[in-house]
Amino acid sequence: MSLAAQSLSSLRRQLTAGEISSRDIIEDAVSQISARDGDIGAFISSESKTALTEADKADLSLPLGGLPIAIKDNINVQGSPCTCGSKFLSGAYTSPYDATVIKNLRAAGAIPFGRTNLDEFAMGSSTENSGIQLTQNPAAPGHIPGGSSGGSAAAVAGNFIPAALGSDTGGSIRQPASHCGVVGLKPSYGRVSRYGLVAFGSSLDQIGPLTHTVEDAALLLNAIAGADPRDSTSLDAEIPDYTEGLDQGVAGMKLGLPKEYFTHGIDSQVRERVESAAKALEAQGAELVEISLPHTEYAIATYYIIAPAEASSNLSRFDGVRYGNRTENPKDMLSLYTDSREAGFGSEVKRRIILGTYVLSSGYHDAYYLRALKVRTLIKQDFVQAFEKVDAILTPVAPDAAPKMGAASGDPLKHYLADIFTISANLAGNCGISVPLEPVDGLPVGLQILGPHLGEQTILRCARAVEVL
Amino acid sequence: MADSSIDVRYVANLARINLSEEEVERFGSQLTGVMEHIEKLSEVDIEGIEPMSHANTTSNKVRPDEPVESLPAEGFLQNAPDQANGQLRVPKVVDA
Repeated sequence: MSLAAQSLSSLRRQLTAGEISSRDIIEDAVSQISARDGDIGAFISSESKTALTEADKADLSLPLGGLPIAIKDNINVQGSPCTCGSKFLSGAYTSPYDATVIKNLRAAGAIPFGRTNLDEFAMGSSTENSGIQLTQNPAAPGHIPGGSSGGSAAAVAGNFIPAALGSDTGGSIRQPASHCGVVGLKPSYGRVSRYGLVAFGSSLDQIGPLTHTVEDAALLLNAIAGADPRDSTSLDAEIPDYTEGLDQGVAGMKLGLPKEYFTHGIDSQVRERVESAAKALEAQGAELVEISLPHTEYAIATYYIIAPAEASSNLSRFDGVRYGNRTENPKDMLSLYTDSREAGFGSEVKRRIILGTYVLSSGYHDAYYLRALKVRTLIKQDFVQAFEKVDAILTPVAPDAAPKMGAASGDPLKHYLADIFTISANLAGNCGISVPLEPVDGLPVGLQILGPHLGEQTILRCARAVEVL
Repeated sequence: MADSSIDVRYVANLARINLSEEEVERFGSQLTGVMEHIEKLSEVDIEGIEPMSHANTTSNKVRPDEPVESLPAEGFLQNAPDQANGQLRVPKVVDA
Protein backbone atom coordinates (compact mmCIF):
# COMPACT_ATOMS: atom_id res chain seq x y z
CA MET A 1 0.00 0.00 0.00
CA SER A 2 1.37 3.41 -0.91
CA LEU A 3 2.38 5.60 2.03
CA ALA A 4 -0.18 8.29 1.23
CA ALA A 5 -2.93 5.67 1.50
CA GLN A 6 -2.09 4.64 5.05
CA SER A 7 -3.49 5.78 8.36
CA LEU A 8 -1.75 8.36 10.52
CA SER A 9 -1.25 5.84 13.32
CA SER A 10 0.38 3.30 10.99
CA LEU A 11 2.67 5.91 9.42
CA ARG A 12 3.59 7.18 12.86
CA ARG A 13 4.79 3.71 13.89
CA GLN A 14 6.94 3.43 10.76
CA LEU A 15 8.32 6.94 11.22
CA THR A 16 9.35 6.42 14.83
CA ALA A 17 10.86 3.03 13.94
CA GLY A 18 12.99 4.80 11.36
CA GLU A 19 11.61 2.69 8.47
CA ILE A 20 10.39 5.71 6.52
CA SER A 21 10.88 9.47 6.58
CA SER A 22 8.40 12.30 6.53
CA ARG A 23 9.82 13.27 3.13
CA ASP A 24 8.97 9.77 1.83
CA ILE A 25 5.30 10.28 2.74
CA ILE A 26 5.03 13.73 1.19
CA GLU A 27 6.89 12.70 -1.97
CA ASP A 28 4.50 9.77 -2.33
CA ALA A 29 1.52 12.11 -1.84
CA VAL A 30 2.92 14.42 -4.51
CA SER A 31 3.36 11.57 -6.98
CA GLN A 32 -0.12 10.16 -6.26
CA ILE A 33 -1.65 13.60 -6.79
CA SER A 34 0.21 14.26 -10.02
CA ALA A 35 -0.61 10.78 -11.35
CA ARG A 36 -4.30 10.58 -10.42
CA ASP A 37 -5.82 13.79 -9.09
CA GLY A 38 -6.31 15.16 -12.58
CA ASP A 39 -9.27 12.74 -12.78
CA ILE A 40 -10.58 13.36 -9.24
CA GLY A 41 -10.01 17.07 -8.61
CA ALA A 42 -9.67 16.83 -4.82
CA PHE A 43 -6.86 19.39 -4.63
CA ILE A 44 -6.97 23.03 -5.64
CA SER A 45 -3.24 23.28 -5.02
CA SER A 46 -0.51 20.94 -3.85
CA GLU A 47 2.58 23.08 -3.67
CA SER A 48 5.14 20.87 -1.90
CA LYS A 49 8.32 22.93 -1.52
CA THR A 50 7.48 24.32 1.92
CA ALA A 51 6.10 20.98 3.11
CA LEU A 52 9.24 19.11 2.04
CA THR A 53 11.45 21.63 3.83
CA GLU A 54 9.34 21.17 6.94
CA ALA A 55 9.50 17.38 6.52
CA ASP A 56 13.29 17.45 6.69
CA LYS A 57 13.08 19.27 10.01
CA ALA A 58 10.19 17.24 11.44
CA ASP A 59 10.30 16.40 15.15
CA LEU A 60 9.20 12.77 15.21
CA SER A 61 8.84 12.80 18.99
CA LEU A 62 5.69 14.93 18.67
CA PRO A 63 2.24 13.23 18.45
CA LEU A 64 1.82 14.01 14.72
CA GLY A 65 5.51 14.48 13.95
CA GLY A 66 6.21 14.54 10.20
CA LEU A 67 2.66 13.63 9.14
CA PRO A 68 1.13 15.63 6.24
CA ILE A 69 -2.45 16.87 6.63
CA ALA A 70 -4.45 18.35 3.72
CA ILE A 71 -6.33 21.54 4.51
CA LYS A 72 -9.74 22.61 3.21
CA ASP A 73 -9.25 25.76 1.21
CA ASN A 74 -11.23 27.97 3.58
CA ILE A 75 -8.67 27.71 6.42
CA ASN A 76 -5.79 30.17 6.47
CA VAL A 77 -2.27 28.75 6.19
CA GLN A 78 0.38 31.46 6.29
CA GLY A 79 2.02 32.07 2.92
CA SER A 80 -0.45 29.82 1.09
CA PRO A 81 -3.17 31.03 -1.30
CA CYS A 82 -6.68 30.55 0.09
CA THR A 83 -9.54 30.61 -2.44
CA CYS A 84 -12.58 29.40 -0.47
CA GLY A 85 -13.51 27.84 -3.81
CA SER A 86 -14.42 31.34 -4.99
CA LYS A 87 -13.46 33.45 -7.97
CA PHE A 88 -13.55 36.36 -5.53
CA LEU A 89 -10.28 35.19 -3.95
CA SER A 90 -8.78 32.97 -6.64
CA GLY A 91 -5.41 34.33 -7.70
CA ALA A 92 -5.81 37.32 -5.40
CA TYR A 93 -5.34 36.21 -1.80
CA THR A 94 -2.41 34.76 0.14
CA SER A 95 -2.98 34.13 3.84
CA PRO A 96 -0.91 36.49 6.01
CA TYR A 97 -1.36 34.29 9.10
CA ASP A 98 -1.99 30.75 10.33
CA ALA A 99 -5.43 29.75 11.59
CA THR A 100 -5.27 28.51 15.19
CA VAL A 101 -5.89 24.91 14.04
CA ILE A 102 -2.85 25.22 11.77
CA LYS A 103 -0.73 26.57 14.63
CA ASN A 104 -1.97 23.67 16.75
CA LEU A 105 -1.20 21.12 14.03
CA ARG A 106 2.30 22.52 13.65
CA ALA A 107 2.79 22.43 17.43
CA ALA A 108 1.90 18.72 17.29
CA GLY A 109 4.50 18.23 14.54
CA ALA A 110 2.10 17.88 11.61
CA ILE A 111 2.78 19.42 8.19
CA PRO A 112 -0.03 21.19 6.33
CA PHE A 113 0.17 20.00 2.74
CA GLY A 114 -2.25 20.62 -0.12
CA ARG A 115 -5.44 22.68 -0.28
CA THR A 116 -8.68 20.84 -0.94
CA ASN A 117 -11.69 21.80 -3.01
CA LEU A 118 -15.02 22.89 -1.52
CA ASP A 119 -18.36 24.38 -2.36
CA GLU A 120 -17.79 28.12 -2.63
CA PHE A 121 -17.44 29.54 0.90
CA ALA A 122 -18.55 26.08 2.14
CA MET A 123 -22.10 26.65 0.85
CA GLY A 124 -23.36 23.40 -0.56
CA SER A 125 -23.36 19.66 -0.12
CA SER A 126 -21.93 18.38 -3.38
CA THR A 127 -18.76 20.47 -4.03
CA GLU A 128 -20.42 21.30 -7.37
CA ASN A 129 -20.72 24.92 -6.18
CA SER A 130 -16.94 25.36 -6.28
CA GLY A 131 -15.97 28.25 -8.52
CA ILE A 132 -12.64 26.53 -9.19
CA GLN A 133 -13.27 22.93 -10.26
CA LEU A 134 -15.44 19.84 -9.89
CA THR A 135 -14.46 16.95 -7.62
CA GLN A 136 -15.33 13.34 -8.42
CA ASN A 137 -16.18 10.76 -5.78
CA PRO A 138 -13.11 8.47 -5.78
CA ALA A 139 -15.28 5.50 -4.76
CA ALA A 140 -17.74 6.14 -7.60
CA PRO A 141 -16.60 8.45 -10.40
CA GLY A 142 -19.56 10.31 -11.92
CA HIS A 143 -21.06 10.71 -8.47
CA ILE A 144 -20.63 13.71 -6.19
CA PRO A 145 -18.17 13.42 -3.29
CA GLY A 146 -20.62 15.29 -1.06
CA GLY A 147 -19.78 18.63 0.43
CA SER A 148 -18.90 21.13 1.29
CA SER A 149 -15.64 19.43 2.40
CA GLY A 150 -15.81 17.24 -0.71
CA GLY A 151 -12.17 17.85 -1.63
CA SER A 152 -10.97 16.80 1.82
CA ALA A 153 -13.11 13.64 1.76
CA ALA A 154 -11.99 12.78 -1.78
CA ALA A 155 -8.34 13.45 -0.89
CA VAL A 156 -8.48 10.86 1.90
CA ALA A 157 -10.79 8.38 0.14
CA GLY A 158 -8.70 8.64 -3.03
CA ASN A 159 -5.58 7.70 -1.04
CA PHE A 160 -3.81 10.95 -1.87
CA ILE A 161 -3.17 11.97 1.73
CA PRO A 162 -3.46 10.22 5.12
CA ALA A 163 -5.86 12.79 6.61
CA ALA A 164 -7.44 16.20 6.06
CA LEU A 165 -9.18 19.00 7.89
CA GLY A 166 -12.65 20.14 6.84
CA SER A 167 -15.29 22.45 8.24
CA ASP A 168 -18.88 21.60 9.14
CA THR A 169 -21.67 24.19 9.27
CA GLY A 170 -24.60 21.88 8.53
CA GLY A 171 -22.99 18.52 7.79
CA SER A 172 -20.08 19.55 5.60
CA ILE A 173 -17.63 17.10 7.21
CA ARG A 174 -19.96 14.20 8.01
CA GLN A 175 -21.89 14.04 4.71
CA PRO A 176 -18.86 13.96 2.35
CA ALA A 177 -17.22 11.46 4.71
CA SER A 178 -20.31 9.28 4.35
CA HIS A 179 -20.45 9.65 0.56
CA CYS A 180 -16.73 8.90 0.10
CA GLY A 181 -16.37 6.15 2.71
CA VAL A 182 -14.08 7.81 5.26
CA VAL A 183 -14.41 8.89 8.89
CA GLY A 184 -15.52 12.50 9.48
CA LEU A 185 -15.88 14.18 12.87
CA LYS A 186 -17.67 17.43 13.67
CA PRO A 187 -16.57 18.50 17.14
CA SER A 188 -18.92 20.20 19.59
CA TYR A 189 -19.34 23.93 19.09
CA GLY A 190 -16.46 25.65 20.90
CA ARG A 191 -14.25 22.55 21.12
CA VAL A 192 -12.03 23.79 18.28
CA SER A 193 -11.07 27.40 17.58
CA ARG A 194 -12.61 28.98 14.49
CA TYR A 195 -9.95 31.69 14.26
CA GLY A 196 -8.63 31.66 10.70
CA LEU A 197 -11.54 29.67 9.29
CA VAL A 198 -13.24 31.94 6.75
CA ALA A 199 -16.60 32.44 8.47
CA PHE A 200 -19.84 31.16 6.92
CA GLY A 201 -22.27 30.70 9.84
CA SER A 202 -20.35 31.75 12.92
CA SER A 203 -22.73 30.17 15.43
CA LEU A 204 -22.64 26.86 13.52
CA ASP A 205 -19.12 26.44 12.03
CA GLN A 206 -16.63 23.93 13.45
CA ILE A 207 -13.38 22.57 12.03
CA GLY A 208 -12.81 18.83 12.23
CA PRO A 209 -10.87 15.88 10.80
CA LEU A 210 -11.54 13.54 7.85
CA THR A 211 -9.50 10.37 8.21
CA HIS A 212 -9.18 6.69 7.27
CA THR A 213 -9.76 5.51 10.84
CA VAL A 214 -11.52 6.50 14.05
CA GLU A 215 -8.19 6.43 15.89
CA ASP A 216 -6.80 8.98 13.41
CA ALA A 217 -9.81 11.25 14.00
CA ALA A 218 -9.04 11.07 17.74
CA LEU A 219 -5.36 11.82 17.12
CA LEU A 220 -6.22 14.91 15.10
CA LEU A 221 -8.83 16.10 17.58
CA ASN A 222 -6.20 15.84 20.33
CA ALA A 223 -4.09 18.28 18.34
CA ILE A 224 -6.69 20.84 17.27
CA ALA A 225 -8.99 21.03 20.33
CA GLY A 226 -8.72 23.75 22.93
CA ALA A 227 -9.44 27.27 24.04
CA ASP A 228 -8.13 30.18 21.99
CA PRO A 229 -8.05 33.81 23.09
CA ARG A 230 -8.70 34.76 19.45
CA ASP A 231 -12.06 32.92 19.39
CA SER A 232 -14.26 34.01 22.26
CA THR A 233 -16.64 31.11 21.57
CA SER A 234 -13.92 28.50 22.05
CA LEU A 235 -14.26 26.62 25.32
CA ASP A 236 -11.76 26.34 28.12
CA ALA A 237 -12.81 22.76 28.86
CA GLU A 238 -10.48 19.90 29.72
CA ILE A 239 -9.05 18.11 26.68
CA PRO A 240 -8.94 14.39 27.34
CA ASP A 241 -6.67 12.09 25.34
CA TYR A 242 -9.27 11.11 22.74
CA THR A 243 -7.31 8.03 21.71
CA GLU A 244 -7.73 6.52 25.18
CA GLY A 245 -10.53 4.04 25.74
CA LEU A 246 -11.41 3.76 22.06
CA ASP A 247 -11.53 -0.02 22.30
CA GLN A 248 -13.69 -0.21 25.41
CA GLY A 249 -16.69 -1.17 23.31
CA VAL A 250 -20.34 -0.28 23.68
CA ALA A 251 -21.45 -2.75 26.36
CA GLY A 252 -23.80 -0.91 28.70
CA MET A 253 -24.15 2.09 26.41
CA LYS A 254 -27.64 3.37 25.69
CA LEU A 255 -28.01 4.24 22.02
CA GLY A 256 -31.01 6.23 20.83
CA LEU A 257 -32.81 5.77 17.53
CA PRO A 258 -34.88 8.91 16.83
CA LYS A 259 -38.18 7.85 15.30
CA GLU A 260 -38.39 11.08 13.28
CA TYR A 261 -35.15 10.24 11.45
CA PHE A 262 -36.42 7.02 9.94
CA THR A 263 -39.39 8.49 8.09
CA HIS A 264 -37.99 11.25 5.89
CA GLY A 265 -37.97 9.59 2.49
CA ILE A 266 -34.84 7.67 3.38
CA ASP A 267 -33.50 5.16 0.85
CA SER A 268 -34.51 1.66 1.97
CA GLN A 269 -31.01 0.21 1.62
CA VAL A 270 -29.42 3.11 3.51
CA ARG A 271 -31.98 2.59 6.25
CA GLU A 272 -31.25 -1.14 6.31
CA ARG A 273 -27.49 -0.50 6.71
CA VAL A 274 -28.06 1.85 9.63
CA GLU A 275 -30.51 -0.51 11.33
CA SER A 276 -28.21 -3.50 10.98
CA ALA A 277 -25.30 -1.51 12.43
CA ALA A 278 -27.55 -0.65 15.39
CA LYS A 279 -28.47 -4.33 15.82
CA ALA A 280 -24.79 -5.33 15.69
CA LEU A 281 -24.01 -2.84 18.46
CA GLU A 282 -26.94 -4.26 20.44
CA ALA A 283 -25.40 -7.72 20.04
CA GLN A 284 -22.25 -6.31 21.66
CA GLY A 285 -24.14 -5.22 24.72
CA ALA A 286 -25.51 -1.80 23.86
CA GLU A 287 -29.12 -1.07 24.67
CA LEU A 288 -31.17 0.39 21.80
CA VAL A 289 -33.76 2.95 22.85
CA GLU A 290 -36.37 4.55 20.63
CA ILE A 291 -36.31 8.29 21.25
CA SER A 292 -38.13 11.31 19.89
CA LEU A 293 -36.69 14.57 18.59
CA PRO A 294 -40.07 16.19 17.95
CA HIS A 295 -38.87 19.41 16.30
CA THR A 296 -36.84 17.61 13.62
CA GLU A 297 -39.31 18.60 10.89
CA TYR A 298 -38.50 22.28 11.54
CA ALA A 299 -34.72 21.91 11.43
CA ILE A 300 -34.27 22.64 7.71
CA ALA A 301 -36.41 25.78 7.84
CA THR A 302 -34.62 26.97 10.97
CA TYR A 303 -31.19 26.32 9.51
CA TYR A 304 -31.96 27.96 6.17
CA ILE A 305 -32.88 31.15 7.99
CA ILE A 306 -30.02 31.24 10.49
CA ALA A 307 -27.15 30.07 8.25
CA PRO A 308 -27.90 32.47 5.36
CA ALA A 309 -28.52 35.32 7.82
CA GLU A 310 -25.09 34.81 9.36
CA ALA A 311 -23.55 34.30 5.91
CA SER A 312 -25.02 37.53 4.55
CA SER A 313 -23.37 39.38 7.42
CA ASN A 314 -20.05 37.50 7.27
CA LEU A 315 -19.70 37.82 3.51
CA SER A 316 -20.19 41.59 3.56
CA ARG A 317 -16.42 41.76 4.07
CA PHE A 318 -15.96 40.64 0.48
CA ASP A 319 -16.48 44.09 -0.99
CA GLY A 320 -13.59 44.55 -3.43
CA VAL A 321 -11.84 46.94 -1.05
CA ARG A 322 -9.91 44.88 1.46
CA TYR A 323 -8.89 41.77 -0.44
CA GLY A 324 -9.73 39.64 -3.42
CA ASN A 325 -10.66 40.67 -6.92
CA ARG A 326 -12.04 44.15 -7.63
CA THR A 327 -14.13 45.00 -10.66
CA GLU A 328 -12.19 46.93 -13.27
CA ASN A 329 -12.76 50.68 -13.58
CA PRO A 330 -15.66 51.11 -11.13
CA LYS A 331 -17.47 54.36 -11.80
CA ASP A 332 -18.03 55.08 -8.12
CA MET A 333 -17.83 53.51 -4.68
CA LEU A 334 -21.25 51.84 -4.92
CA SER A 335 -20.51 50.15 -8.24
CA LEU A 336 -17.17 49.01 -6.86
CA TYR A 337 -19.14 47.00 -4.28
CA THR A 338 -22.02 45.81 -6.42
CA ASP A 339 -19.97 44.90 -9.50
CA SER A 340 -17.15 43.22 -7.57
CA ARG A 341 -19.69 41.11 -5.71
CA GLU A 342 -21.60 40.29 -8.90
CA ALA A 343 -18.45 39.04 -10.62
CA GLY A 344 -16.86 37.37 -7.59
CA PHE A 345 -19.71 35.28 -6.15
CA GLY A 346 -21.31 32.22 -7.72
CA SER A 347 -25.05 31.51 -7.82
CA GLU A 348 -25.41 29.61 -4.55
CA VAL A 349 -23.53 32.25 -2.58
CA LYS A 350 -25.62 35.02 -4.13
CA ARG A 351 -28.82 33.10 -3.38
CA ARG A 352 -27.89 32.63 0.26
CA ILE A 353 -26.84 36.25 0.69
CA ILE A 354 -30.18 37.36 -0.78
CA LEU A 355 -32.09 34.96 1.47
CA GLY A 356 -30.10 35.98 4.54
CA THR A 357 -30.42 39.68 3.83
CA TYR A 358 -34.16 39.25 3.33
CA VAL A 359 -34.81 37.45 6.64
CA LEU A 360 -32.81 40.10 8.48
CA SER A 361 -34.38 43.05 6.69
CA SER A 362 -36.68 45.58 8.31
CA GLY A 363 -40.18 44.17 8.71
CA TYR A 364 -39.12 40.53 8.38
CA HIS A 365 -36.50 40.18 11.13
CA ASP A 366 -38.93 39.15 13.86
CA ALA A 367 -41.13 36.99 11.63
CA TYR A 368 -38.23 34.94 10.29
CA TYR A 369 -34.90 35.39 12.06
CA LEU A 370 -36.11 35.83 15.63
CA ARG A 371 -38.66 33.05 15.21
CA ALA A 372 -35.93 30.73 13.90
CA LEU A 373 -33.74 31.49 16.93
CA LYS A 374 -36.62 30.44 19.19
CA VAL A 375 -37.26 27.23 17.28
CA ARG A 376 -33.51 26.61 17.55
CA THR A 377 -33.94 26.63 21.33
CA LEU A 378 -36.65 23.96 20.98
CA ILE A 379 -34.39 21.84 18.75
CA LYS A 380 -31.61 22.06 21.31
CA GLN A 381 -34.04 21.15 24.11
CA ASP A 382 -35.03 18.03 22.15
CA PHE A 383 -31.39 16.91 22.28
CA VAL A 384 -30.89 17.86 25.92
CA GLN A 385 -33.90 15.74 26.84
CA ALA A 386 -32.78 12.87 24.59
CA PHE A 387 -29.30 12.80 26.11
CA GLU A 388 -30.85 12.44 29.56
CA LYS A 389 -32.02 9.02 28.35
CA VAL A 390 -29.21 7.89 26.03
CA ASP A 391 -25.42 8.19 25.68
CA ALA A 392 -25.41 8.65 21.92
CA ILE A 393 -27.83 8.74 18.99
CA LEU A 394 -27.58 6.62 15.83
CA THR A 395 -28.89 8.01 12.54
CA PRO A 396 -28.25 7.96 8.82
CA VAL A 397 -25.94 10.73 7.57
CA ALA A 398 -27.87 11.45 4.38
CA PRO A 399 -31.13 10.05 2.99
CA ASP A 400 -29.33 8.52 -0.01
CA ALA A 401 -25.89 7.34 -1.05
CA ALA A 402 -23.93 9.80 -3.23
CA PRO A 403 -26.16 11.03 -6.09
CA LYS A 404 -24.86 11.41 -9.64
CA MET A 405 -23.28 14.73 -10.46
CA GLY A 406 -25.79 17.35 -11.56
CA ALA A 407 -28.74 15.42 -10.12
CA ALA A 408 -30.12 18.33 -8.10
CA SER A 409 -28.82 21.25 -10.12
CA GLY A 410 -31.27 24.11 -10.49
CA ASP A 411 -33.27 23.00 -7.46
CA PRO A 412 -31.62 24.36 -4.31
CA LEU A 413 -34.49 23.27 -2.04
CA LYS A 414 -33.90 19.64 -3.05
CA HIS A 415 -30.25 20.00 -1.93
CA TYR A 416 -31.28 21.71 1.31
CA LEU A 417 -33.80 18.99 2.24
CA ALA A 418 -31.07 16.33 2.05
CA ASP A 419 -29.31 18.01 4.99
CA ILE A 420 -32.06 16.88 7.38
CA PHE A 421 -29.99 14.41 9.44
CA THR A 422 -26.88 16.54 9.93
CA ILE A 423 -27.98 20.14 10.50
CA SER A 424 -29.58 19.68 13.92
CA ALA A 425 -26.21 18.93 15.51
CA ASN A 426 -24.94 22.32 14.31
CA LEU A 427 -28.04 24.12 15.52
CA ALA A 428 -27.76 22.47 18.94
CA GLY A 429 -23.94 22.63 19.10
CA ASN A 430 -23.54 18.87 19.61
CA CYS A 431 -20.78 16.66 18.24
CA GLY A 432 -21.26 14.06 15.52
CA ILE A 433 -19.23 11.56 13.54
CA SER A 434 -19.76 9.62 10.32
CA VAL A 435 -18.22 6.17 10.17
CA PRO A 436 -18.36 3.93 7.07
CA LEU A 437 -20.79 1.00 6.81
CA GLU A 438 -21.03 -1.62 4.09
CA PRO A 439 -21.57 0.15 0.72
CA VAL A 440 -24.91 0.11 -1.10
CA ASP A 441 -24.49 -0.97 -4.74
CA GLY A 442 -20.83 0.05 -4.57
CA LEU A 443 -21.60 3.47 -3.09
CA PRO A 444 -20.23 4.23 0.40
CA VAL A 445 -22.72 4.85 3.22
CA GLY A 446 -21.96 6.18 6.68
CA LEU A 447 -23.55 5.82 10.09
CA GLN A 448 -23.93 9.07 12.00
CA ILE A 449 -23.33 8.92 15.74
CA LEU A 450 -24.44 12.07 17.55
CA GLY A 451 -23.23 12.87 21.04
CA PRO A 452 -24.04 15.50 23.63
CA HIS A 453 -22.04 18.71 23.88
CA LEU A 454 -18.40 17.74 24.59
CA GLY A 455 -19.35 14.06 24.24
CA GLU A 456 -16.60 13.32 21.70
CA GLN A 457 -15.12 10.46 23.74
CA THR A 458 -18.42 8.59 23.69
CA ILE A 459 -19.05 8.91 19.96
CA LEU A 460 -15.44 8.03 19.11
CA ARG A 461 -15.69 4.88 21.21
CA CYS A 462 -18.98 3.97 19.59
CA ALA A 463 -17.57 4.71 16.11
CA ARG A 464 -14.60 2.49 16.83
CA ALA A 465 -16.99 -0.35 17.72
CA VAL A 466 -18.73 0.14 14.34
CA GLU A 467 -15.39 0.24 12.53
CA VAL A 468 -14.39 -3.21 13.79
CA LEU A 469 -17.79 -4.84 13.16
CA MET B 1 -50.06 31.28 4.05
CA ALA B 2 -48.11 34.51 3.78
CA ASP B 3 -46.90 35.76 0.42
CA SER B 4 -43.64 33.87 -0.06
CA SER B 5 -42.18 35.90 -2.90
CA ILE B 6 -39.08 38.00 -2.34
CA ASP B 7 -38.43 41.30 -4.11
CA VAL B 8 -35.05 40.04 -5.26
CA ARG B 9 -33.88 43.26 -6.85
CA TYR B 10 -34.68 45.32 -3.74
CA VAL B 11 -32.93 42.82 -1.44
CA ALA B 12 -29.93 42.51 -3.79
CA ASN B 13 -29.51 46.26 -3.51
CA LEU B 14 -29.52 46.01 0.29
CA ALA B 15 -26.85 43.30 -0.02
CA ARG B 16 -24.84 45.41 -2.49
CA ILE B 17 -24.89 42.79 -5.24
CA ASN B 18 -25.60 43.61 -8.85
CA LEU B 19 -27.73 40.91 -10.51
CA SER B 20 -28.58 40.24 -14.14
CA GLU B 21 -32.23 40.07 -15.24
CA GLU B 22 -31.83 36.33 -15.61
CA GLU B 23 -30.54 35.98 -12.03
CA VAL B 24 -33.37 38.09 -10.64
CA GLU B 25 -35.90 35.79 -12.36
CA ARG B 26 -34.15 32.55 -11.41
CA PHE B 27 -33.40 33.44 -7.77
CA GLY B 28 -36.93 34.80 -7.39
CA SER B 29 -38.54 31.52 -8.36
CA GLN B 30 -36.02 29.35 -6.47
CA LEU B 31 -36.26 31.40 -3.29
CA THR B 32 -40.06 31.39 -3.43
CA GLY B 33 -39.85 27.60 -3.11
CA VAL B 34 -37.44 27.90 -0.19
CA MET B 35 -39.63 30.51 1.54
CA GLU B 36 -42.69 28.29 1.14
CA HIS B 37 -40.80 25.62 3.08
CA ILE B 38 -39.64 28.15 5.65
CA GLU B 39 -43.25 29.22 6.31
CA LYS B 40 -43.54 25.90 8.13
CA LEU B 41 -42.04 27.60 11.17
CA SER B 42 -45.24 29.60 11.64
CA GLU B 43 -46.83 26.39 12.97
CA VAL B 44 -44.51 26.20 15.96
CA ASP B 45 -45.68 27.49 19.32
CA ILE B 46 -42.82 29.74 20.45
CA GLU B 47 -44.70 31.49 23.24
CA GLY B 48 -42.30 32.11 26.13
CA ILE B 49 -39.30 30.49 24.36
CA GLU B 50 -35.99 32.35 24.58
CA PRO B 51 -34.10 32.89 21.31
CA MET B 52 -30.82 30.98 20.94
CA SER B 53 -28.19 32.86 18.99
CA HIS B 54 -25.34 30.62 20.08
CA ALA B 55 -24.74 27.05 21.17
CA ASN B 56 -22.65 28.06 24.17
CA THR B 57 -23.84 30.21 27.03
CA THR B 58 -20.56 32.07 27.53
CA SER B 59 -20.69 35.74 26.61
CA ASN B 60 -18.62 38.90 26.82
CA LYS B 61 -15.32 37.16 27.35
CA VAL B 62 -12.65 39.79 27.73
CA ARG B 63 -8.90 39.60 27.88
CA PRO B 64 -6.67 41.71 30.12
CA ASP B 65 -6.41 45.25 28.76
CA GLU B 66 -2.78 44.96 27.79
CA PRO B 67 -1.27 45.72 24.39
CA VAL B 68 -0.37 42.64 22.39
CA GLU B 69 1.40 42.41 19.08
CA SER B 70 -0.85 42.58 16.02
CA LEU B 71 -0.17 41.14 12.60
CA PRO B 72 1.85 43.55 10.47
CA ALA B 73 -0.12 45.70 8.03
CA GLU B 74 2.03 44.61 5.08
CA GLY B 75 0.56 41.10 5.26
CA PHE B 76 -2.93 42.48 4.71
CA LEU B 77 -1.96 45.11 2.16
CA GLN B 78 -0.35 42.48 -0.07
CA ASN B 79 -3.90 41.22 -0.70
CA ALA B 80 -5.44 44.64 -1.31
CA PRO B 81 -6.78 45.26 -4.83
CA ASP B 82 -5.40 48.80 -4.64
CA GLN B 83 -3.29 50.57 -2.06
CA ALA B 84 -1.19 53.66 -1.51
CA ASN B 85 0.86 54.99 1.42
CA GLY B 86 0.14 51.93 3.54
CA GLN B 87 -3.62 52.31 3.14
CA LEU B 88 -6.40 50.84 1.02
CA ARG B 89 -7.29 53.01 -1.95
CA VAL B 90 -10.85 53.37 -3.32
CA PRO B 91 -12.52 55.64 -5.88
CA LYS B 92 -13.30 59.15 -4.75
CA VAL B 93 -16.21 59.09 -2.27
CA VAL B 94 -16.86 62.81 -1.66
CA ASP B 95 -16.08 65.85 -3.75
CA ALA B 96 -13.68 68.29 -2.18
